[in-house]
Amino acid sequence: MDKLKKMTSYRLFWPIVCLALVLLFNLIKSPSFFEISIKNGVLYGYLVDIFNRSSELIILAVGMTLCVASSAGTDISVGAIMALSGAVSVYLLGSGETYAIPWIAAILIGLVVSVLCGMWNGFLVANMKIQPMVATLILFTAGRGMAQLITGGNNLYVKVDSFKYLGGFLPHIPVPTPILVAIIVVILATLFLNKTATKLYIESVGINPRASRLFGLNSTKIIFITYAACGLCAGIAGMIATSRITSIDANNVGNLMELDAILAVALGGNSLAGGKFSVAGSVIGAITIQALSTTLYAMKVTGDQLPLYKAIVVIIIVTLQSPEFKKYLNRIKAKRAAKTAGEKVA
Amino acid sequence: MAMVEKIKNKLRGNGFLLAVTIVLFFVLYIAGAILYGDRNFTSPQVFLNLFISNAGLIIAAVGMTFVLITGGIDISIGSVIGVVCMMLAWMMEVKHMSAVVAIILVLVFGVIFGLVQGFLVAYLKIQPFIVTLGGMFFARGLTALISSDMISIENPTFLSLANYRIYFGFITYYNNRGVAMHPYIYLSVVIALLVVAISFVILRYTKFGRAVFAVGGNEQSALLMGLNPKVTKLKVYVLNGFLASLAGFAFCLNSCGGFVEQARGFEMDAIAAAVIGGTLLTGGVGTVVGSLFGSLIKGIIETIITFQGTLSSWWTRIVIALLLCFFVILQSVFKSIREKRLAQGNEK
Repeated sequence: MDKLKKMTSYRLFWPIVCLALVLLFNLIKSPSFFEISIKNGVLYGYLVDIFNRSSELIILAVGMTLCVASSAGTDISVGAIMALSGAVSVYLLGSGETYAIPWIAAILIGLVVSVLCGMWNGFLVANMKIQPMVATLILFTAGRGMAQLITGGNNLYVKVDSFKYLGGFLPHIPVPTPILVAIIVVILATLFLNKTATKLYIESVGINPRASRLFGLNSTKIIFITYAACGLCAGIAGMIATSRITSIDANNVGNLMELDAILAVALGGNSLAGGKFSVAGSVIGAITIQALSTTLYAMKVTGDQLPLYKAIVVIIIVTLQSPEFKKYLNRIKAKRAAKTAGEKVA
Repeated sequence: MAMVEKIKNKLRGNGFLLAVTIVLFFVLYIAGAILYGDRNFTSPQVFLNLFISNAGLIIAAVGMTFVLITGGIDISIGSVIGVVCMMLAWMMEVKHMSAVVAIILVLVFGVIFGLVQGFLVAYLKIQPFIVTLGGMFFARGLTALISSDMISIENPTFLSLANYRIYFGFITYYNNRGVAMHPYIYLSVVIALLVVAISFVILRYTKFGRAVFAVGGNEQSALLMGLNPKVTKLKVYVLNGFLASLAGFAFCLNSCGGFVEQARGFEMDAIAAAVIGGTLLTGGVGTVVGSLFGSLIKGIIETIITFQGTLSSWWTRIVIALLLCFFVILQSVFKSIREKRLAQGNEK
């Protein structure tokens, strides 16, 4: 019993249970769910598909976790930043038979744009002390418009084959590239956070910025950096998303991804009120969301009806995770225990 | 002298922000009048069209203002408007219900929707952003579940409501061809202005309105004052759900149809309107009149861009973002000045 208690109090217990439930449901429905095969030299199967499609979300969720933890606010501009940085890269690469400028240069410039966007958000939140949601609402509103300005309102296509690598497969490597990128981002973030004191700094700023300031931490700078990092993550996700469709569609790239990213953070057991956080939790949250979508698609739910079922599951999950609900359950349990104890005495 | 002092007091802080919003609206209007005066920009009908095309936004922004004042947020209203339009169209065209029954049913739906969201936020203490995110997904999915095709409303009662023009007989203007015209508004505008007026009174002069501000300012203090923050929040979300469905009705009077993508992103417009109108997302501060003018500012920018003719519609969003930026920085500067003043006061 004690062991069970210890297990349920473990931070990632509930997020993992949620993911396991979704996967278990699939296993019962279609036993072939966990099969992974190699077709045409690449990995193939439901699980690979889930991981592959959740890559962008995982990357976004990593950045979002940091923002939420440091500033108790959400960055709702990540979807727009994805579109903007993607538009910049595709515009620079041009739609000729060869790249107009080297691939790596275009990607780097796109990422620089995304970091600049993140820094702008960070400046507003950290230095100007504007509520994060309002501050990022500015880029949320303008970002896609700016992307449209760059593309001239058209969908631009890149015709060079190697542009597909980032969103598809590298030659001779069976694992989809987005998965590799996501893994690299998560590992780098974890190493950076845990091997240095950064995680501790971010958490303490998130719990109490003023106290951290008095303690000698530069709260403003830390919040600023988390937003810049979030921008970078959005940029990376944007690169993958544009490479997947080898074009930029400024209206639809990363559309509503910011909401999924925030959801991933919350499903991962992180409080949206800031403070303590777990990147691993957010990653699990992101995979859960994608697993859920894939499951529903497999059950022949159409894309536009999908949100309905997603909403029901989300509400159930957050209700189960809510402290008030747990308190209520505990109260019932205590009552029952008191009753049985009373009966025993009698 | 006392009068000057009174105005000065009003202009200090949030009153000033509201004044800036109202002045900005008129500056934009005058700018439009100077630039496009030769193309009838100054005709009373163009001014009233601001209300006609933004009636839904005004109602939604008022509901949003209530929620924001309590320190919460509701990002589900765009989807609620979408589902309300779809439900109205479906009930009248597919199920052949009468218009009145359909309208009452969607309003009841809005109240129930708000009740559930309010319960989750107030009693289970789940973050409003997540709850209403769920609400947003739910309503949008429900819209698609009802019908993935567009349904146009042809119900005669509804159409006569939608096309019912209220003429201002006492104003006469001349159009391009020199024909005398009376400006008019639609029913949706009357609803929107009524909502603004009633909400203004509720927020300003009722116990409930005071409680909304108290809860948003500091929940702990409100509790110690003997208020019940949970009930207040629940009521606010119910009110907002009702207003969202009412906004959907007003929206539907304009669009006369339902489709899945309708009013997508509308919640952000409503939030932007409220913020431009001086409402703080941290709660405790906000006015309904500000949100009204915030909505109208969006309308006037759209109108100017339409009159300009060559700029694409996404310029509207860029300009609104710039305005948002201007206002949030202004708010932030004001906040820091006030904090400094408070700190000085404490030292004295």
